[in-house]
Amino acid sequence: MNKIDIRNFNLYYGNFQALINVNLSIEKRMVTALIGPSGCGKSTLLRSLNRMNDLIEGVKVSGEVKIDDRNIYENGLDLIQLRKKVGMVFQRPNPFPLSIFDNIAYGPRLHGISKKIRLQAEVEHALERVHLWDDLKDRLNRYALNLSLEQQQRLCIARLLAVTPDVVLMDEPCSALDPVSTAKVEELIYELKKHYTIVIVTHNMQQAARVSDKTGVMLLGELIEYGETADIFTKPADKRTEDYITGRFG
Amino acid sequence: MKISPQAKEKIAFLVLGIATCLVLIPVFVIIFILMEKGAQAISWEFLTAKPRMGMRAGGIFPAIVGTVYLVLGTVTAALPLGLFAAIYLVEYAKGNWLTRMVEVAIVNLAGVPSVVYGLFGMGLFVIFMKLGTSILAGSLTLAIMILPVIITASREALSTVPQSFREVSRALGVSKWQTIWHVVLPNAISGILTGTILGVSRAAGETAPILFTAAAFYLPKLPQSIFDQCMALPYHLYVLSTQVPNVNPKIQYGTALVLVGLVFFTNLVAIIIRARFRARKQW
Repeated sequence: MNKIDIRNFNLYYGNFQALINVNLSIEKRMVTALIGPSGCGKSTLLRSLNRMNDLIEGVKVSGEVKIDDRNIYENGLDLIQLRKKVGMVFQRPNPFPLSIFDNIAYGPRLHGISKKIRLQAEVEHALERVHLWDDLKDRLNRYALNLSLEQQQRLCIARLLAVTPDVVLMDEPCSALDPVSTAKVEELIYELKKHYTIVIVTHNMQQAARVSDKTGVMLLGELIEYGETADIFTKPADKRTEDYITGRFG
Repeated sequence: MKISPQAKEKIAFLVLGIATCLVLIPVFVIIFILMEKGAQAISWEFLTAKPRMGMRAGGIFPAIVGTVYLVLGTVTAALPLGLFAAIYLVEYAKGNWLTRMVEVAIVNLAGVPSVVYGLFGMGLFVIFMKLGTSILAGSLTLAIMILPVIITASREALSTVPQSFREVSRALGVSKWQTIWHVVLPNAISGILTGTILGVSRAAGETAPILFTAAAFYLPKLPQSIFDQCMALPYHLYVLSTQVPNVNPKIQYGTALVLVGLVFFTNLVAIIIRARFRARKQW
C-alpha cells in the first residue's frame, strides 16, 4: 500500500527549477532511498514531504504530494499536524543544548503533555526504540551535547519518535559518523521500518543498497529511475543510472 | 634610507602597543582622580542621608534613589520594546524596503545627541502626553535613547543562535512562535541581557535626557510615585559643580565617584552574566 504519492511535482527556487515533474509512490513501512549526485534535488524532494521548503523564501511548487490520500499542498493544511506525522532527521546530529531528557521531552511538552509521569514514559519509550535507554537511563539529566556523535544522532531520532510520526525522513543521517557508528545507525533504520515509513537521502550508494527496499535515482531535478533496490544496483534500466552507480560521474 | 622588515615590524608593534595603552590611560586617570579626591567624602552618612545646608553638607541618598528608579523604569520600558523589535527583525521581517528603513532609523537613533532626546522627551511626554516632569517621563525618554543599543545587541544575540535549532524545532511540528520562545530566546538570553545592561548603564549616567523630563534641583522628600519628580546622580553632580557656590570639592568628587561606581558595577554584572552563560554554552 502506498503511504506517499507524489504526482507531477515541480519545485522552483525563484526562477530555478529544482524538481522537474517528479512522480513517485512510496510504500508503507518500507525504506525508500533517494540517491543521485550533489545538487540533483534529492534533499529538496525529501524536504517537500514535510514542507520544510516553506521556510525558504521564494519557493513555489506545483503538482501534488499525497500522504494517506491527502494532498499536503492543499490550502489550509495544518503544517503542525503534518510535521508531527512526517518527522525529519538531519545531516548533522543537532540536539538542543539541553539535557537528554529535555531534548526528548521537547516535542511532547510543546504538544501539550505536561504530566511528569507521562513524559517519563514517552522518553523511556523513545530511547528504547533507538537502543539508548540501557546506556542512558541513569544519566538523563546529563547534557546532550556531551554524548558521542552516534549517540547524539540516535538521540535526535528518539526526539523525533517522541512526537509519534508515521513517516521518518532522513537527510544523509550518517554523513557525520564514522563507519562503525554508521553501521549501527543503519541497523537501527532497518529495524525502525517495522513501525515507520522511512525515506532516506544518501550520498553513499552502499548505504542505499544496504538499508533500502526501493531506490529512486535523481539527476538534475528529475527522477530518472525508481524500483526495487536490488534491481537498480544490478540491472539498471537507465544508462545514466548505470553511469552514476558505477562511478562514471557524480 | 632603507628600513629593514624587522625594524618595520618593531615600529609597527610599538605604534599599535602605544595606541592600545592610550585607551587605558583616561580610564585609569579618571578612576585615580576620583578615588584620590572623592574617597574621603564617602561615608555611611554620605550614602544614606539627604543633602543639608543648600547641598553643601549631608548626603546624596535621594539622588541615588532617583537614579535607581529611573534606571528601573528605563529597563521596564525599553527591554520589552527593544526585544520584541529585535525578534521581529530577525525572525519575521523580510528583506524589503520597510526593514531597511527600520534599520536606518535604528542607526540614526543611536547617533542622536542626548540633549535632543531630552527636548524630545519634554515635548512628547512632559507636555503633549501631560505626564509632567516625572520619573515616568524621564524613564521613557531614557528608554528611547537606549533602544538602539538593546535592539542591536538583541539582534546580534538572536542571529547567533544556530539556524539548525530552528529547523529541528519546526520539523517536530512546533510553531514558529513556540520555537522562538522555547529554543531561540533561551539561547540568546545572555547576549540580550548583556546588551540591555550596557544600555542601562549608559542611561544611568546621562544628564541631558532627564534635565527637562525628570530631574529636580532639590526635593525635601523621596518620590512617592512614578508621577513625581526625582533627584538623580548625574544631574545632582551638575548642580553641585555649577549651580551651588562654595561646595566642598570633596562632595563633588564623592558624588562623581558614586556615579562612576554605580555604572561600573552595572557593567560588571553584565560581564559576569555573559561569562557564566558562555561557560555553559557549548555550540
